[in-house]
Amino acid sequence: MNDIATLRIFMVFVCTCNTAIWPELFKGWRLEKFLNSEENRKSNEAVVVQKDKCHESCVIQKEIKEEEAMATLTVPTTVPSVSEDCEQLRKAFSGWGTNECLIIDILGHRNAEQRNLIRKTYAETYGEDLLKALDKELSNDFERLVLLWALDPAERDALLANEATKRWTSSNQVLMEIACTRSANQLLHARQAYHARYKKSLEEDVAHHTTGDFRKLLLPLVSSYRYEGEEVNMTLAKTEAKLLHEKISDKAYSDDDVIRVLATRSKAQINATLNHYKNEYGNDINKDLKADPKDEFLALLRSTVKCLVYPEKYFEKVLRLAINRRGTDEGALTRVVCTRAEVDLKIIADEYQRRNSVPLTRAIVKDTHGDYEKFLLVLAGHVEN
Amino acid sequence: MRKGCSKFFLEDERQFERWNDSAIKSLKAEFKLFKDVVVLSLMHPWERDARLLKKALKKGPPHYNVIVEIACTRSSDQLLGARKAYHSLFDRSIEEDLASHVKGSERKLLVALVSAYRYEGPKVKEDAAKSEAKALLNAIKNNNGDQKKKAMEEDEVIWILTTRSKPHLKVVYEQYKKISAKTITEDLEVELLLKETVECLCTPQTYFTRVFDTALREDAKEDAKKALTRLVATQEDVDLKGIAAKFEDKIKERVKGAYKDVLLGVLADDRK
Repeated sequence: MNDIATLRIFMVFVCTCNTAIWPELFKGWRLEKFLNSEENRKSNEAVVVQKDKCHESCVIQKEIKEEEAMATLTVPTTVPSVSEDCEQLRKAFSGWGTNECLIIDILGHRNAEQRNLIRKTYAETYGEDLLKALDKELSNDFERLVLLWALDPAERDALLANEATKRWTSSNQVLMEIACTRSANQLLHARQAYHARYKKSLEEDVAHHTTGDFRKLLLPLVSSYRYEGEEVNMTLAKTEAKLLHEKISDKAYSDDDVIRVLATRSKAQINATLNHYKNEYGNDINKDLKADPKDEFLALLRSTVKCLVYPEKYFEKVLRLAINRRGTDEGALTRVVCTRAEVDLKIIADEYQRRNSVPLTRAIVKDTHGDYEKFLLVLAGHVEN
Repeated sequence: MRKGCSKFFLEDERQFERWNDSAIKSLKAEFKLFKDVVVLSLMHPWERDARLLKKALKKGPPHYNVIVEIACTRSSDQLLGARKAYHSLFDRSIEEDLASHVKGSERKLLVALVSAYRYEGPKVKEDAAKSEAKALLNAIKNNNGDQKKKAMEEDEVIWILTTRSKPHLKVVYEQYKKISAKTITEDLEVELLLKETVECLCTPQTYFTRVFDTALREDAKEDAKKALTRLVATQEDVDLKGIAAKFEDKIKERVKGAYKDVLLGVLADDRK
């Protein structure tokens, strides 16, 4: 297996003229560095849900029920025991080559809790972190997909966020995506996982590595802990819709008040405000925010609005751009499928079909191949005919 | 207890009609402080902080230092708990309420302070601390002349103070002393809220001492005494013991009744 690693490094050096490789390269290194830090960490007890208030545990129960309905992940009705899973995975690694099908069959049909248990048991049984073993055996897009998938959602978000603050792989979009499409508690757990992994806070890194208007928007977004109730104050919605309209008409896009509304109000309240905006002023707020198509800040602002009120449309667009252009943006495809398979990939897939007249799974088949394609399809809930 | 206050009551009986009200008033004031301590101590810390924050917000700008105190002297998880409790109690997030009700230049700072979820480990970056001390110095010096924008509105200042861990900020404080003739708090005499922020984060003992001092003076106002009550009920005894010891004489001299016992109890070894 070391041969494969050396071969990989050799191939990388040969391809250095292709700058598109650099982000992938750094992503690989980031994953390896991440895996090394695993040795220092305790197991998943680091990410603990605080169930002190009844309100919160009720919210979590609600989250889980809703998510199960919209997820594409399929778990068999009788799940093999954890030790069986570990044994099978171990077999998949042994000998020459790797049995990728087995890996896909097992990991592709286990939810976050089950995966966490498998990792813990594997480490106890074989004295090695499952992720390390996978890293040794697999490569490229398939590896990244498997590794990202195997992580606990909070750790995954922390990893993605950390990558998004580094120079070569920086992405304001990913930071905003994580901050806005996760529930308040999911974002919180991601921030806790970030503390545990990187020995600093996500807010510090975002503050340090973003600038200007982007920082003005991203820092409050990433620090938010929104109220999650459905209550809406209609008077407030009217006032704030008016305020937003004024600021947008004055082209004061990064005004404190605009950011304040988007970063602190509950999602239900923002939704009410934007509905009122449309009723009162005729246009969708995003239409009014299209004043300058080249302005990156405006693009981020529009995506923020989308993520807060109709995330499935946001993700559909990300997928569409990732798949349909010449060449595929595997990074984005992997990220969306991994992070939404247990959440709402079904709704996103429906939206994709509606918008592109083609099922998501077919588009994936057309644009990817090999084990990478297979695993994506499994996670997207595709059933072999 | 009646025996202890017998002098008080004698006066009462002699001039029954005239002194009744004021006597009762002073009794009430006396026990109010005690009652406050008890109520605050018995509430769940998260609920207590959430209620204190709400009250401070309602009362307006002179009371914003309470928000600073809570946001800066609590641990990351305690502050988070207060935010959760706030959701449950008031159906809004504290950030929302602060952002929409605070109108002045302190808004950005207060919202950011309350949203903080700081890393709590000891790891500190020396180089970053040095450059951040410089940035703070620039922000403060530049704004001493210009009355339009205060240091607490500067983005640099805000993100340094609201995202960095407390151990890191203590190093920044030390570095600042090296490059400037004075400490940050001395340079910030003009901007009280920002000064208190830095104090609570970097040198909390200084802040506590000041609260004790102001409250135990001859002419101490209501608010000062309330501040002391709040401190005693919410901070760990360990942190306050040293300071309370310095003020022991004044406590014995100026404070009466059960409230005095509470304050002196901070000094005792086996409270609770």
